[in-house]
Amino acid sequence: MFDDVLSVVWKERKSQFRVRGSRMRFLMMLFSPLLLGTIFPITWGPDWLTQLPPLVVATITSVILVAVMVPESIAGERERHTLETLLSSRLPDRAILVGKLLVPVAVGWTAAILANLCSVVVVNIAHWEGEFMFFSLPIALGSLALSLFMALLTAGAGVFVSLKAATAQEASQILTFAILIPPMLLQLAPLLFRDQMANIIDTIDGPQLLLIVLAVLVVLDAIVLLAAMARFQRSRLISD
Amino acid sequence: MKHMAIQVENLTRDFQAIRALDGLSLEVPTGTIFGFLGPNGAGKTTTIRLLLGLLEPTAGQAKVLGYDTRSQAHEIRARSGALLEHSGVYEHLSAEDNLEFYARVYQLPQSERRARIQELLEQMDLWDRRKDRAGDWSKGMRQKLALARALLHRPPLVLLDEPTAGLDVPSAAAVRDDLAVLAEREGTTVFLTTHNMAEAERLCGRVAVIREGRLLAIGHPDELRARAGGPRVEISGRGFSDSALALLRGRPEVVAATAQNGHLAIDLRPDTAVSPLVSLLVGAGAEVEEVRRGKASLEDVFLTLMHEEEQHV
Repeated sequence: MFDDVLSVVWKERKSQFRVRGSRMRFLMMLFSPLLLGTIFPITWGPDWLTQLPPLVVATITSVILVAVMVPESIAGERERHTLETLLSSRLPDRAILVGKLLVPVAVGWTAAILANLCSVVVVNIAHWEGEFMFFSLPIALGSLALSLFMALLTAGAGVFVSLKAATAQEASQILTFAILIPPMLLQLAPLLFRDQMANIIDTIDGPQLLLIVLAVLVVLDAIVLLAAMARFQRSRLISD
Repeated sequence: MKHMAIQVENLTRDFQAIRALDGLSLEVPTGTIFGFLGPNGAGKTTTIRLLLGLLEPTAGQAKVLGYDTRSQAHEIRARSGALLEHSGVYEHLSAEDNLEFYARVYQLPQSERRARIQELLEQMDLWDRRKDRAGDWSKGMRQKLALARALLHRPPLVLLDEPTAGLDVPSAAAVRDDLAVLAEREGTTVFLTTHNMAEAERLCGRVAVIREGRLLAIGHPDELRARAGGPRVEISGRGFSDSALALLRGRPEVVAATAQNGHLAIDLRPDTAVSPLVSLLVGAGAEVEEVRRGKASLEDVFLTLMHEEEQHV
């Protein structure tokens, strides 16, 4: 199984950056998070390293990259008529799926870490205080975990969207839209349940809240990824 | 008793209200090139998908290389190569990378991978362009690459779904030549679907004809030809008048005779001598320039079977 996953990873690694225009698109996708990870740290100064925004930048970076790469890997392969040949090989369904999700998640997570490291460099250069400054421990660990778990959730959701959408582009658009809905609803929630939310949040400190969010994400990741594995089966893929 | 690479028994597959395959039963002996003939929509691609275990049958069963397609499909896919409806070539990767990937998939040892890739690409005259993006190649070259991929791990069985469809005449001929050479050299059983009768006639030692999911005929091409029409003679010349044709048709050894544009085709009963018929024509005022004995082509067989099936329905 492990060798099979590595074979798929080998191909995906080559494929993702060799489709025409993919390198330019990748650089453009990196541009926004890197910009956020550069401009805001300059204006926020050392506070940037102890507040929540680095978590947001890391999450957006990993989610956007995964939301583009997973549809390219699954819907794109079907669109280019190479998926059926891959399915007719000896590779198990699970190895194909894991290999296909591993590369986007790894790339998205690495980019998220790089965006945050970039912001650390920017804060230290722009606001040097005589010693090296780094994220507080909850922010460092939180951004690592949150960007990874959100990348996994996006990847799992990407499987379902990719198998339904007609093209990789359509899948990518649907997935990005689907990912933006929950944060938009969260923005509206304080207006509707302002007092209740305030009461709840007052009783929980930042790290506790982060742990709760991460625990919920771990459960969601497990559910979505297991459901994706159940859905990604030859007999269902070919007869669709 | 000869071993069977494929044994299919009453195989049926429904897609909602449509029955794509209807009680198909056939056997493919090991080491043969088996042609699976039928018009578009006959169920050829569905059969290949069922044999590879990519689809589950609605009824019936199939064994490929001794493995059941329902419960042991993984074993079948590990031991067979496939060239499906689409070539499945990664167009943004080089030819070498395409084969490298599938060599990894089929777990060829690293030491053997490069030698095998070189052997196949050289055999197909693609070695010099191995670093090119496959998408920059012609369709014929991509199809040859897909054929090389199907044979990469030396499978005892390859399933090819219309391997020359959409190719120009030279490319199709090149793919056919490569296929014949490789199948013979490597002793591979080939299950080939096509609606190109000349291709089947040239390559296949055994053929089956399918229409609307039902098997119409199966056997050696010569057996099918015999079943469809028996011996035939073709005569070129002038003056094949209605009276001459009437005389011909009156002879007991003549099954049918048709004349068109100075070309007379006569279907005969077995073991019939041709010279008395030529004498009869000359006596009736015809000028005979050339007499050619022949057999019904596989295309004639195919058309006859289609016609019979239509009448039956």
